[in-house]
Amino acid sequence: MSLTWLFEPFHHEFMQRALFGCALIGFTNGALSAFIVIRRLALMADAMAHSLLPGVAVALLLFGLAPGTLFVGALVAALLVAFGTQIISNSSRIKEDTALGLLFACSFSLGLVLISFSRLSVNVSDYLFGNILGLGDADLWSIYLISLTVLPVLVALERPLLLTVFEPSVAASQGVPVKTLKYLLMGLLVLSMISSLQAVGVILALGMLIAPAATIYLLSDSFTSMFWVGGILGCVGSCTGLLTSFWLNLPSGPCIVLVLGLIFLLAYLFSPKYGIVTKLLRPHHLHEASLARWKRRDPTQM
Amino acid sequence: MSYHQLEIKDLTVSYKRVPAVHHVSLELRCGSCVGLLGPNGAGKTSLFKALVGLVPLETGSMSFHGHSKSLAASEIAYLPQRTTVDWDFPITVRGMVEMGRYQVLGWRKRFREEDGRAVDKALEAMELEDLGDRQISALSGGQQQRAFLARALAQEAHVFLLDEPFSGLDKPAQDLLAGAIRHLAKAGNLLVVSHHDLRTVRDLFDQVIFLNGELVAFGDTGLVFTAENIQKTFQTHIFSGSAHEPDLAV
Repeated sequence: MSLTWLFEPFHHEFMQRALFGCALIGFTNGALSAFIVIRRLALMADAMAHSLLPGVAVALLLFGLAPGTLFVGALVAALLVAFGTQIISNSSRIKEDTALGLLFACSFSLGLVLISFSRLSVNVSDYLFGNILGLGDADLWSIYLISLTVLPVLVALERPLLLTVFEPSVAASQGVPVKTLKYLLMGLLVLSMISSLQAVGVILALGMLIAPAATIYLLSDSFTSMFWVGGILGCVGSCTGLLTSFWLNLPSGPCIVLVLGLIFLLAYLFSPKYGIVTKLLRPHHLHEASLARWKRRDPTQM
Repeated sequence: MSYHQLEIKDLTVSYKRVPAVHHVSLELRCGSCVGLLGPNGAGKTSLFKALVGLVPLETGSMSFHGHSKSLAASEIAYLPQRTTVDWDFPITVRGMVEMGRYQVLGWRKRFREEDGRAVDKALEAMELEDLGDRQISALSGGQQQRAFLARALAQEAHVFLLDEPFSGLDKPAQDLLAGAIRHLAKAGNLLVVSHHDLRTVRDLFDQVIFLNGELVAFGDTGLVFTAENIQKTFQTHIFSGSAHEPDLAV
């Protein structure tokens, strides 16, 4: 039996580019996902992803379809929503999640309205689901540079970030600049979201930002391994998803996330410590031990 | 022998211009275990937060060893109430105690052998050496509280501020924790413990602070822990509005 099909994807330039992009985004998002899972930012990341749209739309209206301007537009929109959320929640009794939900709904709608003014026909589903098979040089460069920014910052600030996510008030009492770190984390989140925008689109970027760490969270009791193994899992999982989509001729973005989801499901069921099937199969030794003790009880002491 | 001491002068903390702690002055000696007593809303937590710089001071100053407190963030450790911590955090007991060393090591310096020894020693002092590999939610309440103390110990702190450490613990766990606290005080540390069970005050503390917005009384337990002071602290409402039922069974 010939194995050419196995290596075929590596011969196409578009697949080489896609694999390179996937590996980088997968690793960066996977590593970042540790913070998102622990700080419970998953829904906030979702809202953030959608709120990039008006920025992209304004950039489209003003400058047309140039990758650089789309990037800046998305960045500005995300920062406006992120800081708007903080301002509203800090200055009124409205809580952060409410403020974010409200701003993101308005922002996404504004984006759709703005796009309708544009004479360019923009495919919103492309925005939502991305097109990793069409990565250009500019996309690859921006992915590369963003990974090169996000990862070293996370590594350099590992200790203060760990102190902050574990117990913010204790961290602050030890002189860790908790607020600054919180904003920085938000900034990094936005950056890597934008790098995933082109690859898997905003909806599926979320999968890459949540699934890896969620999986490792069920397997390990170490934040450091959530970070590093999460990165590796994101990288390997994304590439596996991409290759699978090629071999089976399926849409690539959804395939990537489904592979990550499948790995999560396996951990959920079979994790040695926290898996639900594992827990069911574990012998009920405590009960048996107490039963045995009860049977051996000394009748004279009753 | 001269004692190190934590001096607090004329300390006022306000939230949005409403004072929570009013012109408090105290001189706390290292080597003692001090109970901080007062009704809900008396400003116990606010006082702690002010001491570690979590809330700005309206007036006043403090100094430790004669130098301003902000110079020595590593010497003062704040242990929050157990309920504020995410116990599902992916970290082992040992990992949490190791976090205490970050204060000594800074943001990047590598973990050295002596750091490992400091962690071992802290775990041992708090009788947690066998539980080091456990995830933190697999500890009982008293063990969790002692794990926090071990972390502060690894940090080489000299002043420990404990926010309601005894609440929700059963008698044996309370005794173990009390033993750990005594051990730390005997080693020359200063422990300030906010507390609400008046029945155990005499057994636990060398000195007591009565706080209700302002300082009501402070001194050796034998002298100051009187029915009169308890009455004054828990039944006059200086800044807290609602009536509070004190537990007067002393």
